[in-house]
Parts: sequence; C-alpha cells; structure tokens
Amino acid sequence: MASAALQQAAPTLDVARVRADFPILGTEVHGKPLVFLDSAASAQKPQAVIDAVRHCYEAEYANIHRGVYYLSETATRHYEDTREKVRAFINAKNTREIVFVRGATEAINLVAQSWGGANLSAGDEILITELEHHSNIVPWQMIAERTGAVVRAVPTDEAGEFLFDAFEKALTTRTKIVAVTHASNAVGTVVPVKDVVAAAHARGIPVLVDGCQGIVHRGVDVQDLDCDFYVFSGHKLYGPTGIGVLYGKRALLEAMPPYQGGGDMIETVTLEKTTFAALPHKFEAGTPNIAGTVGLGAAIDYVGALGHDAIAAHEADLLGYALERLRGLNDIRLIGTARDRASIVSFLTDGVHPHDVGTILDQEGIAVRVGHHCAQPLMDHFDIAGTVRASFAIYNTRAEVDALIDGLDAVRKLFA
Amino acid sequence: MNDLRELYQEIILDHGKNPRNFGKPEHFTAEADGYNPLCGDKVHVYVTLKDGVVTDVHFEGRGCAISMASASLMTEVLTGKTEQEAYDLFEKFHELVTHETDFQGDEDIDRLVVLSGVRQYPSRVKCATLAWHTLNNAIEGEAETAKTE
Repeated sequence: MASAALQQAAPTLDVARVRADFPILGTEVHGKPLVFLDSAASAQKPQAVIDAVRHCYEAEYANIHRGVYYLSETATRHYEDTREKVRAFINAKNTREIVFVRGATEAINLVAQSWGGANLSAGDEILITELEHHSNIVPWQMIAERTGAVVRAVPTDEAGEFLFDAFEKALTTRTKIVAVTHASNAVGTVVPVKDVVAAAHARGIPVLVDGCQGIVHRGVDVQDLDCDFYVFSGHKLYGPTGIGVLYGKRALLEAMPPYQGGGDMIETVTLEKTTFAALPHKFEAGTPNIAGTVGLGAAIDYVGALGHDAIAAHEADLLGYALERLRGLNDIRLIGTARDRASIVSFLTDGVHPHDVGTILDQEGIAVRVGHHCAQPLMDHFDIAGTVRASFAIYNTRAEVDALIDGLDAVRKLFA
Repeated sequence: MNDLRELYQEIILDHGKNPRNFGKPEHFTAEADGYNPLCGDKVHVYVTLKDGVVTDVHFEGRGCAISMASASLMTEVLTGKTEQEAYDLFEKFHELVTHETDFQGDEDIDRLVVLSGVRQYPSRVKCATLAWHTLNNAIEGEAETAKTE
C-alpha cells in the first residue's frame, strides 16, 4: 500500500493487476475468452476471498460463540472481526448495529416482518419506488397483507429518473416507512438517498436503503446518509454468496422483536419463557454462515485497498465509453437514461429479442443478463418484457466494451 | 457461429419475424394465457375445436425468435389434428426439444425438428415449449367446460 498516497491524488485502478486477482477471468467460454458483464447480478471472486474461505475451513473452522477451545475462539474472533470491518466500511457508530444475514433479501424481509409487524397497522402506507428490485417490493407486500397497510410506489419517468418532487408529494401523514434502492439494478439510476432521508426525516418517517447496487460502486457512510436501515449482499461486493448485512440504527433495532428464534439469539431459556440476547445476536438465530462471513471480510479488505475513488473513476470511465459506443449504433435503444447512474446499461436491439441477443453473445464468450432483472414493475413502466443488461465492475476493460459491440454486430448479422 | 446457425435456422428466423396465424381470430372455442416468468414473455392462444378436431389455432404475444417461431409452427402443424393427436404431438415435441430422439418418418415432427437445437441451451427450452403448454391448457380447459355441461 506504499502507493496509496499517490493514488489519492489521481485515483486509478491497475486493471491488469485486478484482473490477475480473479482466477475465473482467465477461463474460456465456448472457446472464447470470458467477457463477464453480469456483475450486477453477482460479482466474481478475487483469490483473496477464495483463499479466506478455504483457509477458514482448512485451518480455523469450528462453531462460533461459547466454545472454550482454540478453534472455536479463533473462528469467533474472525467472525466478530468481520463485523468490525463492516462497521468501519460503512461508518456505522457501533458494531451492535451490524447484523449478519443471508443477503439483502433476508435483511429486507427481517425489517419488513420485525419492524413492520410491530409498527404497521391498517391504512398505514409503505412508500417504495417504481425502480425497485422485487426484493424491495415483495417483502413489503407480504407485511402489508398481514397488517392491512398499503404499499405505494413513487412513479419514475421515461428516463428512469428518481423524481424527487413526486417522492415528496407521495409522503403523507399515513406514510410509516420509506424503502428505496440506492441504485436501480435494472437501469442503473442512482437515487439521491441522502436527500430522500432528509425529506422523510423532516416528517418523522424512517428510511430503509437497499444498497446492493450502491455499495459496490461508491463509498457508503451510513451516518452521513442518516438512513435508518441499509442492507446489502456480500456476493455483489466480490464476497461469497449466502452472506449479507443489515445495518440498523441501534434504537430501532433494540425496539424490534426478533425475526427468527433459535440458538445464539437468547439470553436465558426456560420452557416457559425466553429472554433475548443483546444486539446484534438477537437477530442472528442459529449457526451463521461463518466461512461466508470471513470471506466477506476478505472482500471488504480487497475493495478497501483498491479504494472507492479509484473504483468509481474506473467504472465511470467504462460506463461513459459503453454509452458512447452504444449511442453510435442506430439499432440500439437505451432503456434508462438517468443523469446519475451506476455502471449499468440496459438496452434493446431493434427486431431482436433480449433472450436471442443473450444466447448469441454467450456464444462469443460474453455474459450479459437478459430479461426483467427482477424489476417487473419497472419493465411494465417502460412497456417492455425485458432488456439486455451489461454491468461493469472493477475488472472490466474498454476492450470488453468493444467485444460487446462486436457481439452485437454478430447478432445483427445473424438476424439480418 | 455454426452452433448458432443450428439454433437459429432460416425457418426459425422467418417464422420468428413473420409469425403465421398471428392475431385474434373472429371465432374460437377455447383460449388460454401463457407466461414465461423467466423472461416476462406472454402468449395467448386461441383454438377452435369442432367434433374433437382442431380446426384452427391462432396466437398473440411477444417473445424471442424461438418462442414466436415455435408458436407459429405449432399453429400450422396442429390444424386438422384430433384432440388426441394434438396431445400426442405435444408430448413428442417436448421430447424432441429436451432429449435426443428418433421420430423418423413422422411428418409433423419433421417440420418441428428445426426447433430441436434448443436442446443445447437448457435456459431456452421454455421459450420453445411456452405456446405448446398454453395450447394444451386451452384444450384441457375446453374439455373440462364440456364435461360440466
């Protein structure tokens, strides 16, 4: 990290070195070098993460907490050390505010069921947006069904922008919580969550931010955002699957009932009555994903060492280049053209269905995602069934954008 | 590219671009909706059954080249078949797009064999079978309605 100081002045990413850290990028698909443009669905893993998970199982694995022997104590230390890494990564006040979950989906379900179950009643409103992933829609619909509350969505426009005026207008005296994405997984729109939180708080309304697509592209400071809940998945942040984070302000988490019951989340249990453990363990019933947590810690170390500014600059360059090249093709229609966006491009090809585009690109070794991207309400807004989506990460290059453009040429030739 | 040509044969591209029997017919006796949650594609199938014979099949919808071509070819192949023949063909077609098969000498299957390329693309099999499942539901729905009367 000797060069860290130099990099601060002009943050750049040594992409060749980054690529060398990801073993899978050296593989071929259908005889072509892999061009992986689907990191928004799940990112590939650097050697450091793979090694951390492997080392955990090979040398430092045992069940955590309450073990009095060396391996259990070591595993517990690594597990809890990762909690501190996450806290520092998002600048939470206290490690008690960091709850390990399976992923963002489980985190939102936890808040919807636990906070929602305790705080929502008939006629209350849950405010989301049209930009949300299904995971920030369905859990709210489920708790609404149970409590009689209503889910309302802030509309978007033809560019897929977050409409702040429409958002403010949608806040009513009945709004009990706002749940909003940090960035749209389907079209890349970045939501000004700090302003959203300020507007909601001015009316006494708490805010949950779905940070899956936010935290991978930019630094997140939950105290600066002042959001009440921030959730994200480890596997999109170059970590393992099956591990994610729920950040919640301590006072809110303290007041919430447990989500699941079981071991590790209790203080004392008799057959008549149980008292629950303190935060964060109250929300971590059962043996957690120990190796996954350790892997997430390694991923955070890895991303932290690269630096948010360098990552943001690199991804902005790729996004700009991809947009420039795609705009040069007259048979491509971009879906979602918001001003502030994550490194995600969604588009349609004249006369060729996204699934056909995806299959043809795959034969060229190019992995893109096609379909509705688990954002059907947004697809309905654009009156389309789905799109082709390319998402760019730390290891992608301009040459891979060129490969995508060449791949689209192959599509055009086949369907000519 | 050769593998792709195998999947996207001219006849598929043709039926995909210019689907036959596309649109809502004036008369029909059964209909059903089909939906592929994987891609959000929708298809609506209209069937006319007369004395146990499929006399007309039409469809509407949006989808990929594979699903549109499969629906289009289906409407042509099934017209004139009895309900039982249509069902047998549906079963055979499913076999054709999921397994190595040998239906030599079957004229109808010969027409559909252009779709067998999807076997190599597990994620695309549903594209090829969507319209067929939908038609099957339409016919079964009709049969059930007939029973209750």
